[in-house]
Amino acid sequence: MSRLLALALIWLACTAAAPVKLITDISQSRIDIIYTFKGAELLVFGAIQYANGQVPDEPPGLAVVMRGPAEPVTVRKKARVAGIWVNTRSARFESAPGFYAVATSKPIAKLVDQRTATIWEIGVDSLQLSPTGNATPAETEEFEHGLIDLRRRNGLFAEHEGAVGISQNILYRARIAIPSSVPVGSYTAQIFLIKNGEVIAQSTSPIEIDKSGFERWVFVAAHNHSLAYGLAAVAAALLAGWGAGLVVRRT
Amino acid sequence: MAGGYGVNIDDTVQVQMNTYRVALAYWKRGGVDVRIGAVLIGGGIVGAGLGSMLFKLLQSLGQIDVTINIIYVVFLGTIGGLMLREALAALAAQKAGQVAPTRMRARNPLVTSLPFKMRYSDSGLFISPLAPLLLGIATGVLTAIMGIGGGFIIVPALIYVLGMPAKMVVGTSLFQIIFVTAVTTLLHSVQSQTVDIVLAILLLAGGVIGAQFGVQAAQKLPPERLRLFLALIVLAVAARVAYGLTVAPSELFTIYAA
Repeated sequence: MSRLLALALIWLACTAAAPVKLITDISQSRIDIIYTFKGAELLVFGAIQYANGQVPDEPPGLAVVMRGPAEPVTVRKKARVAGIWVNTRSARFESAPGFYAVATSKPIAKLVDQRTATIWEIGVDSLQLSPTGNATPAETEEFEHGLIDLRRRNGLFAEHEGAVGISQNILYRARIAIPSSVPVGSYTAQIFLIKNGEVIAQSTSPIEIDKSGFERWVFVAAHNHSLAYGLAAVAAALLAGWGAGLVVRRT
Repeated sequence: MAGGYGVNIDDTVQVQMNTYRVALAYWKRGGVDVRIGAVLIGGGIVGAGLGSMLFKLLQSLGQIDVTINIIYVVFLGTIGGLMLREALAALAAQKAGQVAPTRMRARNPLVTSLPFKMRYSDSGLFISPLAPLLLGIATGVLTAIMGIGGGFIIVPALIYVLGMPAKMVVGTSLFQIIFVTAVTTLLHSVQSQTVDIVLAILLLAGGVIGAQFGVQAAQKLPPERLRLFLALIVLAVAARVAYGLTVAPSELFTIYAA
């Protein structure tokens, strides 16, 4: 009996220490890219576990951020030189995510303040791209804008404000579209519970996006056995030429 | 004149197939000068290596696309213009009922002044091996950068610069192109993994089918007409690439990994 009581006390202590918890699941923890891959849609869903089961009256603020692996990129801008369009200036960013999508329960500006948005990188404009080089702040901003704009129009950066659905102030769900041009790698889905502009709870789930089947086989062959791959390409060409020669002779 | 004029790396694979097929026929007819061809290949392989390094350098500077396009405009414009002039002259001569004037053997002072002259009996030439070597290097560089067989450069060069007889030119150039494109394909697959074998096989299949139509057209059309048609296609491609260089791009920004 006393042991049960102790357990109950520990449980109470734990729930008091972590007042709110986010429980999350994703419809797919792995996306396979095959030759016919046309994009996918991930469903991120879960529940909010309130302290002592006390559900508040007003709907909670939520942000779901899905991001792909960050990589260094060079952004170049074309300008007219002697009548033709040439890449002239460039800027380098050390950590540009290959994919970034955020879904929120209400407009980002109403959900978080600028400081919180920057800390947790909520919203495309709050991404920390880590510019390097000796560009002026105005120039950096210009190229940052160019990078974000291009990725947005390619569907690789996206903001879905108001797209997180909430039921009974407990259950939440968000759909995130993954375009076909998505880069492969380790992704994460982060869910933020936000109250009065501050993040009060969060959870992170991993997602793997990788090439699969024939596509993967070709990719691995090209990168790990590149000499054999090249020889196969040459052999294919010679074989096709020989075959075509046979056909020509017959007709 | 084998191959297409796309900017794609896969073209080298495709050029190879067309080239191999035609080269076999020339080989059987004895239309290949193997000794000059071997020197061209040696130079071509060195050139392909240099070209591949140049390609990487230009890529890191962000100037590869514009360089390729300018080379296309210059070469296609020049070759297309020369072809058009010749074809029109041949057609005019034919209409006037004359035989088209035969060209004199080239005696290029730059080539004749090179040392270590040797006799090449297959082509009836007495020239320095340095001439085909340098020509091979230049073609190799262009093959690696532009992803073409280099035929449209090496064929006029063999005729006008080395003075090789026309019956040996096509076979010898195809002989060298096979080896240089094979080496370039290997270089691209080992160094930068930029050979899309699936796309290449699709292009090969298309090439085999398209070649049948080409063979039929070549048998039906008179050669002067055919050359005129080819010249117009080459000039149209040059004009299209030139237009693409001057027109404002729809995207000012481009993103390169690393």
